[in-house]
Amino acid sequence: MSSGDASSRDGRASVDVRDLPSFGFGHRSAMWWATAGLMLIEGTVFAIAVAMYFYLRDINAAWPLDAPPPEMRWGTANLAILLVSLVPNELAKRAAQRLDLPRCRLWLTICLAFSLAFLAVRGLEFAALNVKWYANAYGSIVWFLLGLHTTHLVTDTIDTAVLGVLLFTGPIEGRRFVDVSENALYWYFVVLSWIPIYAVVYLAPRALF
Amino acid sequence: MFAAGGFPALAQATPQHDALAPAGVQAAHIARLWHFTLIVTGAVFAAVLLAVLVGLARRRADTPAAPDLSANTRPERGPRRAVIAATTVSVVLLVGLTVADALTDRALSKLPAAHALHIQVTGWQWWWQANYAPEDGAPGFAVANELHVPVGRPVIVSLAAGDVIHSFWVPNLHGKKDLLPGIGSTIEFRADRPGAYRGQCAEFCGTEHALMAMTVMADPPERYAAWAAAQRLPAAPPDNALAARGRALFEASACANCHTVRGTHALGMLAPDLTHLMSRRTLAAGALENTPANLAAWIRNPQAAKPGATMPASALPAADIQALAAWLTTLK
Amino acid sequence: MTMAHTGPEFSSSRDEHRVDGPTATDTTRRLLARTWDDPPGIVGMLAAVNHKTIARRFVVTTFAFFALAGMLALTMRLQLARPGLHLVGPDLYDTLFTMHGTTMMFLFGVPVMQAVAIYLIPLMVGARSIAFPRMNAYAYWVFLFGGLTLYVAFVLGAGPRAGWFSYVPLAGPDYAAGKGTDIWAQMITFTELASLLEAIVLITTILKMRAPGMSLNRMPLFAWATLVTQFMVIFAMPAVMLASTALILDRLVGTQFFNPSLGGDVLLWQHLFWFFGHPEVYLIFIPALGFISSILPTFARRPIFGYTAIVLALIATAFLAFGLWVHHMFATSVPQLGKSFFTAASVMIALPSGLQIYCWIATLLTGRLNLKTPLLFVLAFFFILVLGGMTGVMLGSVSLDLQLHDTYFVVAHLHYVLIGGAVFPLSAAVHYWFPKVTGRMLDERLGRWQFWLFFIGFNVAFFPMHWLGLHGMPRRVWTYPAGMGWSAMNLISTVGAWTIAASVLLFVFNVWRSLRHGPSAGPNPWGAGTLEWAAPSPPPPHNFDALPVVHGRDPLWDPPTHPAHVSGLAADAREVLLTTVLDARPDLRSLFPMPSIWPFVSAVATTVLFIGSIFTPWAVVWGSVPVVIALTAWFWPTRRHHAQAMALERKP
Repeated sequence: MSSGDASSRDGRASVDVRDLPSFGFGHRSAMWWATAGLMLIEGTVFAIAVAMYFYLRDINAAWPLDAPPPEMRWGTANLAILLVSLVPNELAKRAAQRLDLPRCRLWLTICLAFSLAFLAVRGLEFAALNVKWYANAYGSIVWFLLGLHTTHLVTDTIDTAVLGVLLFTGPIEGRRFVDVSENALYWYFVVLSWIPIYAVVYLAPRALF
Repeated sequence: MFAAGGFPALAQATPQHDALAPAGVQAAHIARLWHFTLIVTGAVFAAVLLAVLVGLARRRADTPAAPDLSANTRPERGPRRAVIAATTVSVVLLVGLTVADALTDRALSKLPAAHALHIQVTGWQWWWQANYAPEDGAPGFAVANELHVPVGRPVIVSLAAGDVIHSFWVPNLHGKKDLLPGIGSTIEFRADRPGAYRGQCAEFCGTEHALMAMTVMADPPERYAAWAAAQRLPAAPPDNALAARGRALFEASACANCHTVRGTHALGMLAPDLTHLMSRRTLAAGALENTPANLAAWIRNPQAAKPGATMPASALPAADIQALAAWLTTLK
Repeated sequence: MTMAHTGPEFSSSRDEHRVDGPTATDTTRRLLARTWDDPPGIVGMLAAVNHKTIARRFVVTTFAFFALAGMLALTMRLQLARPGLHLVGPDLYDTLFTMHGTTMMFLFGVPVMQAVAIYLIPLMVGARSIAFPRMNAYAYWVFLFGGLTLYVAFVLGAGPRAGWFSYVPLAGPDYAAGKGTDIWAQMITFTELASLLEAIVLITTILKMRAPGMSLNRMPLFAWATLVTQFMVIFAMPAVMLASTALILDRLVGTQFFNPSLGGDVLLWQHLFWFFGHPEVYLIFIPALGFISSILPTFARRPIFGYTAIVLALIATAFLAFGLWVHHMFATSVPQLGKSFFTAASVMIALPSGLQIYCWIATLLTGRLNLKTPLLFVLAFFFILVLGGMTGVMLGSVSLDLQLHDTYFVVAHLHYVLIGGAVFPLSAAVHYWFPKVTGRMLDERLGRWQFWLFFIGFNVAFFPMHWLGLHGMPRRVWTYPAGMGWSAMNLISTVGAWTIAASVLLFVFNVWRSLRHGPSAGPNPWGAGTLEWAAPSPPPPHNFDALPVVHGRDPLWDPPTHPAHVSGLAADAREVLLTTVLDARPDLRSLFPMPSIWPFVSAVATTVLFIGSIFTPWAVVWGSVPVVIALTAWFWPTRRHHAQAMALERKP
C-alpha cells in the first residue's frame, strides 16, 4: 500500500511519498535483486561447468579417465548436512521478516555451525576424489566443479559470519533484517546448486548411459 | 626426372590465389553461391539506401519544429503496412539464401570419390608435411610444402595437426578446413584445370603464420604419374666431389637431426623431407623462390627471410655451406 | 506538516528539509545538491559514488583505451602498407593485433556502453542515482586496474600474442611462453567482474527505480536496450570466465582441459569462448540501437514508429544471439548438420535487426528531418551497418564462410558492423548528449568535418578489405609477399586508417574547444522528449529538484498532466524512491550509502589478488584476506549512516 496512489487520484500537484516504508522484503528490496542477479550469474557458471563435464565425457571413450569414481561417503554426507542446514536457514529468514532480532541471532549462529561442518566435510571430499587435477581432463573438471561450489560455501560462510557478528554488536536497523533475509536466499542457492553438482561428480561416473 | 626449370612456362607464372577464379568443382560451387548472395544482398542494401535517401530529400525542418504527436492518437496504417511488407520480403529472401546455402553444402559433400588420391597432410609450425598414400602397389612417399595432384581426379586429404591449430586453404580449389590437434578431419576437392594454385595457412598459428604458404600443382594425369614416380625414388648419389662433401656434412651435422633425405643416413622427422627439394618452386613454405643463392642464404640464416622460424642459423663456415648447397641442388 | 514515522529526530529542522518537491525552497535545493555531491580533495575523488562522476570517469577511460587501440591499428596499417616491410617484426605485430582486438572488445566496446548507461539511465528514468552506488564505483576501479595491468605488461614486453581470442594450444602452456597469455586471461577476469557488477546495477536501476508512472511500456527505448543487454551480460560472461580460468589453470597448475593427449579438447576452448564471444558483439551493438531509437525521434520531430515492435525485436535479438556461436567454427570438424542449424540462426538474426531498421526508416520518412550532426552519424549507420549486415549474412553461410573465414573479408565485416553499428551511433550519442553532460554545445561545423572525415576514411580503410579477402589474403599476417595483387588495396586501406585518425583528432579538438568556448546549452537544446532533458545542463548532483511523475512515452512532449512531481523525499540524506517493477508505483524510500573509500580499497585488494594469482596459485588464499577485510569494512554500517537511517526509518 503506498501513499502515492491516493495523491494522484485526487489530482494534487505532487505524489507525496514521505509515509512510504523505508525497507521491504523480497523483491521489494534492491538487495533482493542483487542476490537474484548473483544467483543467475553463478547458476549460469554452474550450468556451463556441468556442460563442460559432459562435453569432455562425450569426447572420451572411457569415463572416468584412468581413475575410479569418487567415493560416495563424504559427498553424500555433505548433501545431508547441507539439506538439513536449510532448516535453521529458513527459520532465520522467517525471523528476519518478523523483525525478531533474538531469533535471527540464534538461527544465524546455528547456520554458522553447519557451515563449519560442511566446510570440514568438503575437505574430506577433495581427498576422496580418487584423482588429481593434473592427471587428465576428467580430474581437472571434477576438481573444477567441486572447487567452484566450494568458493560459494566459503563466501556464504563469511557472509553469514559477518552478518551474525553484526547482529550481536549492532547497530541494528530495518535494513539488517532485509540482509538476513537475502543471506538466507543465497544460502538456499548454495545448497540447492549442490544437488546437480553432487549428481554430476558422484553419480554421473557411475551411470550406465 | 625434372630439372628445376623443366616445367613449361605456365608453371613458372605466379601461382593463382583467388576464391573468385575457381579451378575446381568445389570452389566453383562456392563461387556460384557467392554471386547469387551478392546479387540478393546488394539489392537489399540498395533498397535500404534508397529509402534513407528519399527520407533525406523530403520534408525538412531547419530549426526544431514542434514535434508531431499525431501518431499517438491515430493509427499509422501506411507505415505499418510498409514495415510488414518489408519484413515479409526479408523473410522470403533470407529463406531463399538459407536454401541456396543448404544446396551448396550438399553439393560440396557429394564430390564423387571414385578412384580418389589419398594424401595425409600434417601442419607444423610453419610448414606443411604431405604423405602420399601407397597406390596400385606403388609405395607412398613424403613431400613438403608443394603438392601435386592429377587434374580431374578427386583428392581426399586427411588433415592432422602436429602442434597447434592450422588451416588448409587453397582458394582456387576449395574453402578451408582446420587442422586440429587431437582431432582428425578431411578435405576433399578436385582440380579441373591444370595450373599452379597457391595456398596459405588460414588459422593464426604463431610467429610465422604469415609465411606458411603451400603450392598445389594440378598436373595432367601423365605428368602427375611421372612426378609421383620421381618422388618415390631415393636421392641420386652425388656426381662430384663438392656435392659428396656436402652430403657427408649434411649427414654428420645438425641437419640430419631434423631433415630426411631418402637414400642417405639423414632420417630426421622434425622438418621437411628434402629428398627432392629441387622439384619445388619455393623454399621455406613459400617464403623464398627456390634458387641456389636463396638456398645458401637460407641455410646461413633462416631468420633473415623468416624471423622466428624453427630452423637455427648455421654455425658452419662459408665453404661448408657452399658444399651443402651444392649437394642440395642435386636433389631434383 | 505532520510526520508519521518512527525513530529519533536527525535534525531539529527536519520538517522543512523533508519537503523535496515542486514547491521546495532554494535552501532545500542547495541542501539536495550538497547531500548528493562528491566529497572534496583526493580522498573525496577516490571515495566518490555519484553515478555521474563515476560514469564520466568511466567514459573517458574507455575512450582512452579506444585511442590506444587505434594507435596500435595505425601501426599495423603502416606495416601492411607495402609488401615485405619490416617496420615491426612478427612477434611485435602479433602482440599489436592481440592488444588491438582485446582492447577494443574488452576495454572499450562493452564497457563504454555500460558507462554511458550509468550516466544516462537515472536521468532518463527520473531517478537520483543508480542502484548500488558503491558497487558501481568498485566496478569502475576494477575495470581500470584490469586495463592498466594489461597495458603495463604490454609496455614491459610481456603482452599477449595469441590473438584476442587466444586459441589453444597456441595459447596453452606448451606454445605460449611467458606471462603474456596469463595476463590476458586475468584481464578477462577483471573486466568480466566489472561488467557483471554493472549489469546488476543497471538491471536493478531500470526495474526498481523508475519514476512513478513510467510503466515498462513507457520506458525509453534506450532503457529497454540497456536492460536487454545486461541480461545478456549475465548469461554470456560466465562462459569466458570459465574459459579463461581453465586456461590459467592449464598454464599454472597443470590441469588438462585443453590437452587432447590427456582427455582434453582444443575445441572446448572455442565453444566456451564463442558462446560468450558472439553475444559479446551484441552487448556492443544493442545499446547502440538504443542510441538510435533515442536520437532519431528528436531529429525527425516525431515519436518513434513501432515502439512495441522495437522492444520485441531487441528481446528476440538477445535470445537469438546465444544461438549463433558455432558460425565462428565452420572450418572445424563440428558435424555438418550442426553447422546448418547455426547458419539458419545466423541468418534469422537479421530479421529483428531488419525490423528495427524498417521502423526507423518509417520514422525518418514520416518525420521532418532536422539535419544536425547527431543525425548525420545516425544516417551513416544505415549505410555502414546495413552493408556489414549483408556481409554477415554471407558469412553465415557455411559454404561461403569456408572461403571467407579468417581472411580480410571478415576483418571488413566486423569493422563495418562494429564501427557502423556501434561507433557511429556512439559518435551520434556523444554529439547529442554532450550538451547535457557539460552544459555546452559542440561546434556543428567541426562536427560535420569530423563526420565526413570519419565516414570517408572508414570506407576507404575497410571496403578494400572485402576485395582482399575474396582474393585470398588471410588475417593476422604481419606481412605479405609482393606479386599477389594485394599491395594496392593495402596501401589504400592504410590511407583510410590514417584519415580516421584525423577525424578522431578533430573530435578531440572539438571537445576541448567546446568545453572552453562552446555556446551555453540550455536544458533541452534539441527539443527532445525524454526525461533527461528536463534536468539542467549539466545536471546538479541530485539530478532533479523534484522527481518527475510520468504519464506517457515522451514526457517532455506530452501535454502536462497532474500530478507532475514527487515530494516528500529527504533533502539532507541520500534517499531514493523505489517503485514497482511493472507499473512503477511508488513502493519504498530507500536510504542510499554515502561516499566511501572502501570500494577503492577493495578494488586495490582485488587487483593484488588477481595479479598475484597469475604468478602463484597460493595467492588465491592469502590474497583473499585483504579482500575480505575490505569488503567487510565496506559493508559495516557507519554511525552517521545508521543515525540517518533511524531518522528516516518506517517499518513496512
